[in-house]
Amino acid sequence: MSAVFLFLAAFLASAVEMVEALTIVLAVGVTRGWRSALAGVGVATVMLAVIIAGLGPALHRVPIDALRLVVGFLLLAFGLQWLRKAILRASGFKALHDEDEIFLQEREEARHAARDVRLGIDWYSFVLCFKGVLLEGLEVAFIVITFGSTQGDVPLAAAAAGAALVLVAAVGAVVRAPLSRVPENTLKFTVGIMLTTFGIFWASEGTGVSWPGGELALLGVLAFVALSSLALVRLLRRQHARLLPLGAHR
Amino acid sequence: MRRVKAFGRFWWEFILGDDWRIAAGLAVALGLCALLVHEDLAAWWLLPLAVLGLLAESLRRATRGSD
Repeated sequence: MSAVFLFLAAFLASAVEMVEALTIVLAVGVTRGWRSALAGVGVATVMLAVIIAGLGPALHRVPIDALRLVVGFLLLAFGLQWLRKAILRASGFKALHDEDEIFLQEREEARHAARDVRLGIDWYSFVLCFKGVLLEGLEVAFIVITFGSTQGDVPLAAAAAGAALVLVAAVGAVVRAPLSRVPENTLKFTVGIMLTTFGIFWASEGTGVSWPGGELALLGVLAFVALSSLALVRLLRRQHARLLPLGAHR
Repeated sequence: MRRVKAFGRFWWEFILGDDWRIAAGLAVALGLCALLVHEDLAAWWLLPLAVLGLLAESLRRATRGSD
């Protein structure tokens, strides 16, 4: 059961981050050409591979309880950030993430940036794509390494991230436009719930807690986190509606 | 020095995000969990409730300015 959870959580989290990286790469590629943009993507990918290859095996040497405590804490801190933002967006307190608008903004900036060519590479395109892919990729790497090592199945988590990469890259190559139809906030909400669930489960185990029902307790924690989050969205939506001027309801 | 600061800021944003109080509250909750386990008491209920409380409080703070 936790293998399915593991795959789904790693897949969804990776897909969301990759959609964000794709928006940057597309904006730069479409406006300034693909050569330098793809060079930036390539170098960032190699750097990410080096980071994963270096960190992954090192984690095997850490005792499992200490690893679960640290990883659980990090996942909770990370997952609650996603969940908090997703709840604020779903309730109207924060603007929804708009890939179309980000794409247009990035494209406009890319169009007006000066061309600085070094070694045949347009430096602006290279650096922007490198940074975008490396930063979003680091989040993917963090999720793959933490999920995989704590569950003892890094290859499964890596396969989920690989599947997300293939899917997002294929769709990006076909449409050559930002993936604005991806319900990004719903995905982030789901991922936030999953990261928080795993975080609660593992961090508790790391302190020595025994869950009633063993791994089945994951389902209980998942239901608790999901229902509580939905209840918070409802509460905040009501609060937000009260704040709107009367005319906005008509 | 500027790069070290930027590196530190990156990890702070990456892990703690907009509200450092959540991470601080989590650390306290985990300490209490370990204490209960040490005293041979059931502690599985503590972290889910602490997480809900911390999230609700953080959201309350984030939306308070809108009141």
